[in-house]
Amino acid sequence: MKEQEVSASRSDMTGRVTAQTSQDSRTASSPVIRLVNVSKSFNDQVVLDGLNLEIPRGKLTTIIGRSGGGKSVLLKHLIGLLRPDEGQVLVEGIDITRLGQRELNEIRKKFAMLFQGAALFDSLSVFENVAFPLREKTKLKDEEITAKVLDCLEQVGLTGMGQKFPSELSGGMRKRAGLARALVLGPEIMLFDEPTTGLDPMLARTIHDLILQTQRRYRFTSVMISHEIPEVFGISDYVAMLLDGKIAEMAPPEQFVRTQNPSIQEFINGGKPVGVAR
Amino acid sequence: MTIAEATASLGAFSLWMIREMGRMMLFIAQTIMWMVRPPFRLFQLFKQMHFIGVKSLFVIVLTGAFTGMVLGLQGYYSLRKFGAEGLLGSAVALSIIRELGPVLSALMVTGRAGSAMTAEIGLMRITEQIDALDTMAVSPMQYLVAPKVLAGVLVMPLLVAIFDLIGIYGGHLVGVELLGVSSGAYTSSMQSAVEWKDVYGGILKSLSFGLIVTWVCTYKGFNTGMSAEGLGKATTEAVVLASVLVLIWDYFLTSVLL
Repeated sequence: MKEQEVSASRSDMTGRVTAQTSQDSRTASSPVIRLVNVSKSFNDQVVLDGLNLEIPRGKLTTIIGRSGGGKSVLLKHLIGLLRPDEGQVLVEGIDITRLGQRELNEIRKKFAMLFQGAALFDSLSVFENVAFPLREKTKLKDEEITAKVLDCLEQVGLTGMGQKFPSELSGGMRKRAGLARALVLGPEIMLFDEPTTGLDPMLARTIHDLILQTQRRYRFTSVMISHEIPEVFGISDYVAMLLDGKIAEMAPPEQFVRTQNPSIQEFINGGKPVGVAR
Repeated sequence: MTIAEATASLGAFSLWMIREMGRMMLFIAQTIMWMVRPPFRLFQLFKQMHFIGVKSLFVIVLTGAFTGMVLGLQGYYSLRKFGAEGLLGSAVALSIIRELGPVLSALMVTGRAGSAMTAEIGLMRITEQIDALDTMAVSPMQYLVAPKVLAGVLVMPLLVAIFDLIGIYGGHLVGVELLGVSSGAYTSSMQSAVEWKDVYGGILKSLSFGLIVTWVCTYKGFNTGMSAEGLGKATTEAVVLASVLVLIWDYFLTSVLL
């Protein structure tokens, strides 16, 4: 039923979007998202500087980089929360920087995002938070919504926590609830903005495992921002390094760690110059 | 500071003002556009009407009662100098219906509900809840802002009507019950002095004040700085700007209506 609802909502897309989407040959290897020469500045500070990036379909791509280096800004460009000063953001071949609000909303139906602080709605219970996208975007009956929400809460290990409010949850539980809300509509593309920041190592690993499990189960395309090195190498299909507003390197983890770029080696070695023992 | 620097600062301030006014106009235009576009969020609307209206009742009743009582007291001693105590009813009623009811109600709603609106929306902005709505393809303007603005416009005339009623009764209590003005004189002078256009004027003012208060307070919350300090500043700015705009708009409306 969920699939029917989601596909129905996708088929409602405006003519322009549908036409362009149908022209797009979605081979398994084609990138879902492409960023072409994307630049973004805030006041006089250049955050993204002619950045190019391709996000592979059905894979978990992790973007690493220094704090304040523009990773979250980059992630927000992927879903149209920020518009670049220059360049294109192509989602399934459609340049979302040129879309109006209504067309952009149609594209956004493909996405879900887990925010750094989970961004749960304070005034709603956990159950209502997870049910929110279903109530807004589907015509499911209350019983169906209840069943789906309870199923999602069970998947993230929050059985029996539905009646609690976000303020009553720990950081890890809030992240799980945020993940349940993100998963409930069965997105094609999942964005994770530092999903383990502020959590202890045990909890961080639990969240990473949960992300990996759900990614493998639903085969959605994932983009994750993270500082958790080397943990992200164990769960990612690709790792990309954002450096000075550009993607300095993007490769599978085993290849990434062998890069010859000294700045990247220094970063993944925790600030120690290359050649210094850890 | 040299003359050139002073001129440059003035120019920069003027440009900022023009930009800010433009943004505010776009914000209210978008709000109105989302108001008339389905889905209509009746639950959110009623929730906001309850928040702005029902929860402001106590402060409105209290303010109305004491405003009427002070007017009764001041009016009695001023009118007694001319032997015109019998006109107390008209003095109290006209002051309240034309001016004090709409203006003081708007200022009270700004302080009680407007500041809370700014803080609520601002905190949602800082904690990325507004971005979360966007990513779910739910318009924050439609979900958060439009119900608040519409509720403010609908509820303010009702609050003003209650303020007027309580205020007039407060004046009656002091003038008639405490200071001995004839009840008949109080009522009849009020009936003969107050015209329908005074009531319409009050309603028009309250409708526009409801719009101004909710517009300014939601705008400031929506565009808050991304820190606790920024949120505090946005809340203060919202209350000050909404209050000042209410008083300025009151002058313009009064000059047109009279």
